[in-house]
Amino acid sequence: MSRLNIELPGLSLKNPIMPASGCFGFGKEYSQFYDLSILGSIMIKATTYEARFGNPTPRVAETPAGMLNAIGLQNPGLQSVLENELPWLEQFDVPIIANVAGSQTEDYVEVAKQISKAPNVKALELNISCPNVKTGGIAFGTIPEVAHDLTKQVKQVSEVPVYVKLSPNVANIVDMAKAVEEAGADGLTMINTLLGMNIDIRTGKPILANRTGGLSGPAIKPVAVRMIYEVSQQVSIPIIGMGGIQSVDDMIEFFYAGASAVAIGTANFIDPFICQKLINELPNKLDELGFSHISELVGRSWKNHD
Amino acid sequence: MQQEKMKISSHREIASQIFELSLEGELVNEMKQPGQFVHLRISESIEPLLRRPISIAEIEHRHKRFTMIYRADGKGTRMLSHKKAGETIDVLGPLGNGFPIERKKGEKALLVGGGIGVPPLYELSKQLVKQGVEVFHVLGHETASKVFYMDEFSSLGKTYVATVDGSLGTKGFVTDVLDQEDLSFDCLYSCGPMPMLKALENKYPAIEGYISLEKRMGCGIGACFACVCHLADDPSGTKYRKVCSDGPVFKIGEVMI
Repeated sequence: MSRLNIELPGLSLKNPIMPASGCFGFGKEYSQFYDLSILGSIMIKATTYEARFGNPTPRVAETPAGMLNAIGLQNPGLQSVLENELPWLEQFDVPIIANVAGSQTEDYVEVAKQISKAPNVKALELNISCPNVKTGGIAFGTIPEVAHDLTKQVKQVSEVPVYVKLSPNVANIVDMAKAVEEAGADGLTMINTLLGMNIDIRTGKPILANRTGGLSGPAIKPVAVRMIYEVSQQVSIPIIGMGGIQSVDDMIEFFYAGASAVAIGTANFIDPFICQKLINELPNKLDELGFSHISELVGRSWKNHD
Repeated sequence: MQQEKMKISSHREIASQIFELSLEGELVNEMKQPGQFVHLRISESIEPLLRRPISIAEIEHRHKRFTMIYRADGKGTRMLSHKKAGETIDVLGPLGNGFPIERKKGEKALLVGGGIGVPPLYELSKQLVKQGVEVFHVLGHETASKVFYMDEFSSLGKTYVATVDGSLGTKGFVTDVLDQEDLSFDCLYSCGPMPMLKALENKYPAIEGYISLEKRMGCGIGACFACVCHLADDPSGTKYRKVCSDGPVFKIGEVMI
């Protein structure tokens, strides 16, 4: 396994593979399928200060090579996550990345302050890019100055490194990345979902009750790879890449583009064993490609290897 | 719960766009309760991307075989309908909680199904009859060409049918049959469209009853929060049930429908 270990700010990863936030709950359901300790990390479901019910249903819809979701950050709230979810996850030898969300700066700061004290939370993922909540969320993630300010405030209270999850729904992803790096972000996670919509041809109405949702799955992979490729050349903080990964070959593209680790989202719904399979398959793929360690792949698409 | 590539033992169209699909494999050993469902991966490729939840219509432990009845009217189910006997399908299941069936011998149960909500009632009826429960079925369909399993249900208990266009049985809805027949029963079980379930809930507010819900799902196991519903005593709060893992069967009056 030493060929796969990766050191990132706050995170000593056994391997660079983790489930993405919102696609794995708090791990309980998937623990029925395999030992969660095999994972590099777990990005737990977004946590807000107050419990949230989320959006009306239907909340998911299928699209060509993708899915739309408008869950709306449903979660049991900070206290319940601190009292129930995180202690339960302590039975596994796996560092947790806590996804922090909110409607206003004060919410983010309070959640970050408290959740970063949990013993198994080794990093935060600042969710400034959820497209499915009307207040906050994406509003923080589309204006560089606003993202900068929020990152700075969260950094001041967090006891663990802070990764900022970037939205692809922006004109210039590099400007966003630079703004949060300058504010002290320790890393980036990218990309969140692309804002999308589909319409029922029988009723003429949008299929999602929220009308619009976040597009994920293989359909967005080329967008994610392109954005990671652009951003990784312009910042010096590491990137955890995500967006439509279904196979080891998909993962390799993310590493080549500049990601240091990857997260698996929608694919967990299709194959609950996907993370385990990818962890098992990765060493063979390194052999096939002639690499001795996963770190040799990072940024290969733009680094000079002469 | 497990994931298995199960072999198709038979697959046929039994009514207009309605298919009966039987699969064999070890996963059947875990199927206990009527009303549970499976999550099918229809293609190895990314079209369709997501699994499809389909209810279990019959469990045959002796043959390690179970049967589903589904309507082919979407992209995924239309692709599924082209699969042939001998091919395999990736099945995740059994999922969810089914109908509680512990009843006393001699009790009467009313089973009300609507459209593609009818299939899970078949295994339920079989298990109730095995316990000595007298069953009545009221099955609603759009039209005669969509009706299936009338003989199978009739062999288990008195069976009434309603069609919206009147082409078979009573013209109208299942509630029209119930208004005409004035059946007496100890427990109600139902699966079908939301308006039908709502009408039953209103018609029998005091009866012990169980309903099976359908919602668009992501993961099917409780992780993604796509298929949640509010509790009836907390219609706008943060309490919830997940249809996939807390349901799909709920006690009448427990959740908002």
